[in-house]
Amino acid sequence: MSIKTHAEAAQEFIRDEPRTDWHDETLWFVRQKRDKSVHTLPEWELLRDWASRIKNHTLSNLDHYLKSFENNAIANGIKIHWASDAEEHNRIIYKIIADNKVCKIVKSKSMLTEECHLNEYLKDRGINTLDTDLGEYIVQLRKEAPSHIVLPAIHLKRQDVSETFHEHLNTEKGNYDPQYLAASARHHLRERFIEADLAITGVNFAVAESGSFVVCTNEGNADMGVHSANIHVACMGIEKLIPKTEHLGVFLRLLARSATGQPITTYSSHFYKPRPGQQMHIVIVDNGRSRQLGRADFRNSLKCIRCAACFNTCPVYRRSGGHSYHSTVAGPIGSILNPNLDMKANSDLPFASTLCGSCSNVCPVKIDIHDQLWKWRQVVVANGYVGKAKKAGMHGAAWILSNPRIYRISGKIGRWVMRTFPFIINHPLNVWYKQREMPKAPELSFRDWFKVNQ
Amino acid sequence: MEAREKILQAVTANKPDLIELPEMDLSQAVRYSNLVEQFMNVLKASGADTFFENSGNLLVTDIDSVKQQGDFMINLLEKDERQEWEELTASELKGLDTCYIRAQLGVAENGAMWISEEQMSNRLLPFICQHLVIVLDPADIVDNMHQAYQQIKTGHNGFGVFIAGPSKTADIEQNLVIGAHGARSLRVYVI
Ligand code: SF4
Repeated sequence: MSIKTHAEAAQEFIRDEPRTDWHDETLWFVRQKRDKSVHTLPEWELLRDWASRIKNHTLSNLDHYLKSFENNAIANGIKIHWASDAEEHNRIIYKIIADNKVCKIVKSKSMLTEECHLNEYLKDRGINTLDTDLGEYIVQLRKEAPSHIVLPAIHLKRQDVSETFHEHLNTEKGNYDPQYLAASARHHLRERFIEADLAITGVNFAVAESGSFVVCTNEGNADMGVHSANIHVACMGIEKLIPKTEHLGVFLRLLARSATGQPITTYSSHFYKPRPGQQMHIVIVDNGRSRQLGRADFRNSLKCIRCAACFNTCPVYRRSGGHSYHSTVAGPIGSILNPNLDMKANSDLPFASTLCGSCSNVCPVKIDIHDQLWKWRQVVVANGYVGKAKKAGMHGAAWILSNPRIYRISGKIGRWVMRTFPFIINHPLNVWYKQREMPKAPELSFRDWFKVNQ
Repeated sequence: MEAREKILQAVTANKPDLIELPEMDLSQAVRYSNLVEQFMNVLKASGADTFFENSGNLLVTDIDSVKQQGDFMINLLEKDERQEWEELTASELKGLDTCYIRAQLGVAENGAMWISEEQMSNRLLPFICQHLVIVLDPADIVDNMHQAYQQIKTGHNGFGVFIAGPSKTADIEQNLVIGAHGARSLRVYVI
């Protein structure tokens, strides 16, 4: 298999220890900023509850809301397209480009277009798409994929960015000042915005009752592109809908606080109608989402608002990096979305978790992420997609755990084995032992200790 | 079958039984004893310069000094000037240094200000200018986003935006840099 599993890729990532530590600490710092910001709102838990229930409701009536969104958007002068899968999404956008005979294309952050590999599709047809979010711009220049849905270049250090910009933008060699580097990118991209023919954006929220949509950025790149270019193409998954404008209040209060700890993003742009002379298109994409809707155990993963709070809090993500998930959406939520897209290719992802539950605790729309990870493990195993070592261990564990008497005896044997022959645990088939020191086995099990000491 | 029908059919077949929308008691949302102070503090923390005054003198001085520098400025506070700018394209606005604009409403919990197409006349103006100056009546500050959405007429125009600071990025090693792609600075006058 050409793609490395999460565990293999993670092993490479952690080889550079200081960088791993930096990655870990930086994301934890973002998590702390989230906490601080959340604690300023006494109604936080209430907001999460509303958001979760609004999304549950929307999913339970999604066909109705899709239709009313479409009707209202058309009445506003927006052209609606539907795409069953990634291929169709790409084809639609290519056709808009070809029909209008344009070639200068800027794109703001859209995980959906990444999921569909739009850039590659267009490139194969001779069209270059420029990613304008600074983090995405950096990774695009480096021919890498984003490693985080909110902080696309979080795996890179300023030295990396400096080298990349020196090579592509001719910035001063060895100048590592983020201010200088960001200003250089701003200067360069301004020209690209101004000459853009067509701007592609994602959609954070689509409002059924008004046929409008909201795009949130801090950089202002979506707006610079969209208001400069004569054609705006917005791409959205079917799950981006919310019923009413008043619900935006709930979601905009949750999104940025959960993502970065900001009380709101710098720009929350509400699009209703194209400006005179402008074309506005929306591509509504399924790509496996309606199938996920039919999986009762996993459907509520479609409530996700892509805040990445679950990434920042995840001990596995923080120490393995986004690229180890070999998917557009990494982290805990990616590990429950990706097996739906391709179970075989992503069968390792539900195991990239300690099931500590921290993800579910921070999720602003109350997705039971760690439960779903656990459930995916059962599905993946039932479908026979688990590597040998892991499978043998799991079957053994299941047998022991379902037999209380054997469990007690096996504990005694285990402690004795660990003390007497530690190398048996530390063997190459036991992947868990890699990079870990085994603790000394205690003399007594907790049960025995409790009997003596109670 | 067309994608539209295919998708809608699959959604209809796969959706769960109807779940009701929650009743939201919006009075539970945060309120502040001093709206102006809260509003200005959040904006300051987001990198904006804020001024609170009765007379409007500071604003006049601000406009005069930009005028004196001779940079390209657009003052949308003057109603009759608005139409002039409507048709300008991105390349014509490239050199825009400062833009003055009025917000309809401000939100104390997050410093966001609502600007609709009516105020901006040209959708590019608040983004393409190097420096943005927003003027707001303190009576138009509300506590939270729920109140904000009750007051603004969102669908009234073709476009509207909440702006809550100068453009910024932290994409290089999480270092905050003010001035990403939109305006490099934001001054807010609460008058
Ligand atoms: S699953 Fe929840 S926490 Fe994770 S990105 Fe989605 S909304 Fe945010």
